[in-house]
Amino acid sequence: MLDSTRSDRLPAAPGVGYKPQHFDALIRAPEHRDGPGPVRWLEIHAENYMGDGGRPLAQLRHLAERYAISVHGVGLSIGGEGPLDADHLTRLKSLVGWLNPASFSEHLAWSTHDSHFLNDLLPLPYTKATLSRVCAHIDQLQDAIGRKMLLENPSSYLAFAESDWSEPDFLAEVSRRTGCGLLLDVNNVFVSATNLEFSPTGYIDAFALDKVGEIHLGGHDEDEDDHGAPLLIDSHGREVVDPVWSLLDYTLDKSGPKPILIEWDTDVPDWPVLLNEAVRADWALSKLAPTAVMA
Amino acid sequence: MTQSQTEFAEALLAPEAPVPGGLQDAAGRPAGRRFAVYRNNVAASLTEALHEGFPAVASLLGKENMDGLAGIYLRQHPPASPLMMHFGGEFPDFLAGMRQLSHLGYLPDVARLELALRRSYHAADAAPLPAERLAGLSPDALMAARLQLAPAVELLRSDWPLFDIWCYATQEGAPKPQASAQDVLITRPDFDPVAQPLPPGSAQWIAALRVGHSIGEAFETTLEIAPDFDLSAPLALLLEGGGLTDLMT
Amino acid sequence: MSKHAKSLAVASAVAAALTAATTMPAAAQSKEKCYGISLAGKNDCAAGPGTTCAGSSVVDYQGNAWTLVDAGTCLDIELPEMADGTARKGSLEPLERDLPA
Repeated sequence: MLDSTRSDRLPAAPGVGYKPQHFDALIRAPEHRDGPGPVRWLEIHAENYMGDGGRPLAQLRHLAERYAISVHGVGLSIGGEGPLDADHLTRLKSLVGWLNPASFSEHLAWSTHDSHFLNDLLPLPYTKATLSRVCAHIDQLQDAIGRKMLLENPSSYLAFAESDWSEPDFLAEVSRRTGCGLLLDVNNVFVSATNLEFSPTGYIDAFALDKVGEIHLGGHDEDEDDHGAPLLIDSHGREVVDPVWSLLDYTLDKSGPKPILIEWDTDVPDWPVLLNEAVRADWALSKLAPTAVMA
Repeated sequence: MTQSQTEFAEALLAPEAPVPGGLQDAAGRPAGRRFAVYRNNVAASLTEALHEGFPAVASLLGKENMDGLAGIYLRQHPPASPLMMHFGGEFPDFLAGMRQLSHLGYLPDVARLELALRRSYHAADAAPLPAERLAGLSPDALMAARLQLAPAVELLRSDWPLFDIWCYATQEGAPKPQASAQDVLITRPDFDPVAQPLPPGSAQWIAALRVGHSIGEAFETTLEIAPDFDLSAPLALLLEGGGLTDLMT
Repeated sequence: MSKHAKSLAVASAVAAALTAATTMPAAAQSKEKCYGISLAGKNDCAAGPGTTCAGSSVVDYQGNAWTLVDAGTCLDIELPEMADGTARKGSLEPLERDLPA
């Protein structure tokens, strides 16, 4: 029996992507000035907690007593042409089983081919064939872990000539067919909209916001393509930029409050810098008009 | 046209290969440099993983050499598992097979030590054996007793001054290695693996314990190789490091 | 060494080890942070920094064409002969393994 309420248990408050160097700050008292501040939940990358023991699991057990935990997979290759990795499904089932996290999420992407893991979230054409494959894999995962998942929109650097669905429509259809929720990465929307020249607010307007169980924010790098057009790279290595904060406001006005995660994976800063981003997310939530508070 | 992930994956790992067809920018022009983002993500992230997983090898070789070797390695041995904690398992043998490194014969052993540290870091937790359990036994009972090693214990046998080379590569101010063979024991007293050099004979003794020999049997086989062997040194290291988990009499 | 002598040697060595293990500060060396959390090996979902480095530069990825350019701290280590006469299993001999094609 799938428990579809579990993915709603993350509080509509700021969370951060957990990094071991921030452990000490996160276990300080809430009122400590270098403590967790408004951070109410943590996200971990599933694959980093699949060892047999040691510090990673000890820290996670400790943190799970204080914080709601979101498990975010980066290695399942849901969009892969081949079958899902049965061993990996077993590991995910085990992790979700003992940790009982508030949420499990993965990506609309592929990363494994021919049993080689390429360590990147690779893009998919939005076609009928991709749709049925992704839905079959999500059904398989949800059956294995006994709960619904959230599926995240990718950041795109290129488009497929063969695509015949828009991304928001594709994601909404996956959600409709599998019952999965959606994870809306607002920075990814901004990155993809810049790279593929579409309207970021138009994307949000078309998105199934009622299915969104979590929002991601992160920093990106700027580069250029062969023609000198801006090419944004989803590097998670700096502060969230102002236009992305604005897009968050636009989204929250339409969606109401949601759990908001700050992702910072490369050049990880000292805690106060990350805390500052979480405070800003908290502010974005707190300035929502009470009428917008629904769901 | 239909894009296949086979073509995409092959082009990802082959920088000289043409960008697969059917990939484009917003105006429908060929993707060109946009595809390089993915190529870079794969190669740069795996290269960085090797730097992080093998800091001593990277320090010994220098960044430029390590980058070059990583570029070859990641294409010959892309990760076989989505768990990056396991990436690099073939790196020691890969280094041993590089003709250009044959004059640095100790490098593969340094890589083996770094892999062993990582295994130890992620190994299962186990409550250490209370030292009192050993204290009350008669000499004959001690000889017949068998010891269970903790999952985090790792043992490396080397013909090189492996421990000294590793310290020299990773710790500022560590002395230059002198020519001698060193075996290394890794224990994990809390959460950080600790590597320590072993006196002669110790590695044989611990290896014999690991395969189920009694303390006495292991002692006798070690004496054949190292007549002056004193088991107090390796036993103290194992006890201090939480390397023993059970005693079977 | 007689069996009796061996068991006495083992018993006294165990006693010595127990004394050493209880009198020495527990795991004094583990406080030395010569070993970092980065060795853990980790996954994340970030993209690389920009388009122009490792993956897109066309270099020769054939192992036999790779050249050792500098040698980090390797150059500082001189281990010409084993002072203690330990056999080195031919580690100084060029390895005649097949090179990647």
